[in-house]
Amino acid sequence: MMLSIRQQPFRAAVLVLVWGWLLFLVLAPNLLVVGTSVMTRNPGTFISMPLNLDAYRQLFNPLYLEVFIHSLYMAAMTTLVCLLIGYPFAWALSRVEKRRQMLLIFLLIVPFWTNSLVRTYALKLILATNGLLNQGLMSLGIIDEPAQLLYTEGAVIVGLVYLLLPFMILPLYSVFDDLRQDVLLASHDLGAGRFATFKNVIVPLTLPGVLAGVMLVLLPAMGLFFVPDILGGSRNLLVGNVIKNQFLDARNWPFGAAASIMLTVAMALLMFAHRLSKRRLGEEGA
Amino acid sequence: MRWLPRTYLALVYLLLYVPIIVLVVFSFNDSRTGYSWGGLSLRWYESLFNNHAMVQAMWNSLWLALTAATVSTLIGALTALALHRYRFRGKKVLNGMLFVVMMSPEIVLAISLLGLFLLLGLKLGYVSLLLAHVTFCLPFVVITVMARLAGFDERLPEAARDLGASDFTMTRTVLIPVIMPALMAGWMLGFTLSMDDVVVSTFVSGPSYEILPLRIYSMVRVGLKPEVNALGTLLLVFSLVMLMFSHWILSRSKQ
Amino acid sequence: MTKTLLSLSGISKQFDGKTVVDELSLTIDDGEFITLLGPSGCGKTTLLRMMAGFELPDQGTVTLSGVDITQTPPEERPLNTVFQNYALFPHMSVFDNVAYGLKMEKRPKAEIRERVEEALAMVQLEDFSRRKPHQLSGGQQQRVAIARAVVKRPKMLLLDEPLSALDYKLRRTMQVELKRLQRELGITFVFVTHDQEEALSMSDRIVVLKDGLIQQLGTPREVYERPANVFTARFVGQTNFFPGRVTGIEDKRISVDVFGLNRVLGKPSFRVTTNQPLHVLLRPEDLRVLAPDDTEGVAGKIVERNYKGSTLDSVIELEDGSQVMASEFFDEDDPAFDYSIGEPVRVSWVDGWEWLLAEESDEPLTDEEELAADDAEH
Repeated sequence: MMLSIRQQPFRAAVLVLVWGWLLFLVLAPNLLVVGTSVMTRNPGTFISMPLNLDAYRQLFNPLYLEVFIHSLYMAAMTTLVCLLIGYPFAWALSRVEKRRQMLLIFLLIVPFWTNSLVRTYALKLILATNGLLNQGLMSLGIIDEPAQLLYTEGAVIVGLVYLLLPFMILPLYSVFDDLRQDVLLASHDLGAGRFATFKNVIVPLTLPGVLAGVMLVLLPAMGLFFVPDILGGSRNLLVGNVIKNQFLDARNWPFGAAASIMLTVAMALLMFAHRLSKRRLGEEGA
Repeated sequence: MRWLPRTYLALVYLLLYVPIIVLVVFSFNDSRTGYSWGGLSLRWYESLFNNHAMVQAMWNSLWLALTAATVSTLIGALTALALHRYRFRGKKVLNGMLFVVMMSPEIVLAISLLGLFLLLGLKLGYVSLLLAHVTFCLPFVVITVMARLAGFDERLPEAARDLGASDFTMTRTVLIPVIMPALMAGWMLGFTLSMDDVVVSTFVSGPSYEILPLRIYSMVRVGLKPEVNALGTLLLVFSLVMLMFSHWILSRSKQ
Repeated sequence: MTKTLLSLSGISKQFDGKTVVDELSLTIDDGEFITLLGPSGCGKTTLLRMMAGFELPDQGTVTLSGVDITQTPPEERPLNTVFQNYALFPHMSVFDNVAYGLKMEKRPKAEIRERVEEALAMVQLEDFSRRKPHQLSGGQQQRVAIARAVVKRPKMLLLDEPLSALDYKLRRTMQVELKRLQRELGITFVFVTHDQEEALSMSDRIVVLKDGLIQQLGTPREVYERPANVFTARFVGQTNFFPGRVTGIEDKRISVDVFGLNRVLGKPSFRVTTNQPLHVLLRPEDLRVLAPDDTEGVAGKIVERNYKGSTLDSVIELEDGSQVMASEFFDEDDPAFDYSIGEPVRVSWVDGWEWLLAEESDEPLTDEEELAADDAEH
């Protein structure tokens, strides 16, 4: 806080600008969504009075409940697969010589900088009925006729994993990178075996990274509606697809808003869990 | 057992890159069906550039990404400076809000903005897209610049003033050059996020301003369009060049 | 002939309601090397920053050569600062760092080049002008910071713990170097440090600070040999405190009882009354360790002996359980040095080497101050 007197006008201008932006384009719209969710559907004006909780009741309509549970299942599977691939990956990455690590991380980020639609589309080339995977498997004699890979639940999960894997790996890499080698040596020195060290030292110390990764994967895995659109066909929908349909096609805004609030609540819970795990490690305020 | 982790790393990288390699190879494929190899050809690149709507969408997207990245870098850098230099009430709230924007699912941001624009009677098009894109780019720029400022020696501005620089001159000759790499990195991150965005744009764009991701989206939803291979390859090369450029700047500044 | 260059009068500064500098007045003479010495949090850096203009005092005035500069921004003050961690501009070469201040004055290019080269030659870095700061060692960065500050030919150079980031050996070299520079340039140096050894060896005058108040102002010798109060005595160098009681007062001498030993000492400058408790201060090098059957001195026993090369330090526990340290020149032929741990001895000193202080109300030192003083010794 140096020389604050002279900078008051500048400071005020900056604060007004950023507060204005956030209040107007983040807080106000989100309040609008909350408002929308308790209003009545109206095909002409999108929403109208009176206020009610119909939209929330509709969330428990068996038809939609099934879609949500299926979406949650696919998101959970995506997260699990990302974690299973990403955890050992991040571990191995953090043990590579420092000089090479930078290049490897660069290689990990390159796909992230590439258009995600195009990458999803590239999977289609591979997974299609007469696509490369089927062709390969048939020429190897493993299967006799093309398997149905595209437009399945599996295809959606593969697509989501492919897009979201770096978001699992990067936070995990960061905790593994902070994990000091001498802590592991100390554990061995005190008589713990490989498994005991893993369970008692490595897992607790990398837990914040796991939760950060879960947060970064699970939520988008429920919202990225273009993945099922391209790879999943009409039966493998995400919450994101439901919200999009309600807003852009079915014109049931209150219901779409209620579904989106459900996602926000899920986010809040995950963020809370993440904070809790960090606080346990004494990294408060981070 | 040192080969095991390395083999594993290599395998995951292979899986990450196979689709991209397939895409690039197939963009030069002469075959119409898209699954079998029909010889080298540039026909898809040709048909891409002959598609006027496509070229227009490309320019629209570039312009949108350029402006959104620039505006969010300006606001984001100022915000980061304010968060770094000033103590003010609600600082934690501001920080928290930026974090929430970054973490919240894009689709939530998308419908909330759609609601706002309709309520205000704003015609969906370039302006609504710009406002939306700046909003989701902002936290990323703030974080990038904040990270740089965290390592910034508080004594540098004082040293400059001690040697006779006014506040303005200090900002121009010391502060901005030192945080420049972060500004560039933030700008490029914003640019890429904007070029790549499908979810938010699906909601807040209108027929008057078609952008590339939406154009691609409508093409890839059904069947295979070999032009997409060519377009994807071009986008890949483009982002590789950008990424290498930003990497070069960052490594140069570290010297 | 000395004339006043800078004077602070009635300066106060608070941070978040905590008083850091408390109605402090100080005048600094032209051409002197003055050191602000004190533990961390004593206000020495804040004081320096108010001279530089980075902080504005809540009360009081700062005058430079008779001109009030209290409100003058730093860029308009003809003083320059050498920062603790140098604060070199990382994106500029050594040359551009040093040239920065002259460019701000809009000097012609040729003049800038000449003066920068001259300044770099002065700190023996003429061959490094194209390097970036990160390509230099700590000591070299330190020299660049000094060159950058003196190239503007300031009336006064402010140095904020400039040597604290250097290792012990380099620090010694730089101390000599700084003294040489100050002599050559003939400008006033205001030096901030918590290292009492550094302060003693470099300064013309030392200002001992604690809690934003001046404890003592004097030459290094005065501060070391005649500390004004218990704090200064403890903070500057090592001191043994013997409890004494006044038993008789004469014209120029007083008799004092120390552990039953009656000694006639010079009368101190403060007022004494009979039966008044006193501190009898003795530096370790002023103490003598005698055989237990000696008639002189105070009884005690050896609890620790440390061989320090040219001297031998003995820690001796006195009857009341307090410990004192004696530092004697080592003489291996002298049987008196054969005391082993646990052996009874007597401790004495030559009359006139002691220094007397009245007991103070706010004794003893708090733990924090002890820690700060400990830090300062390392």
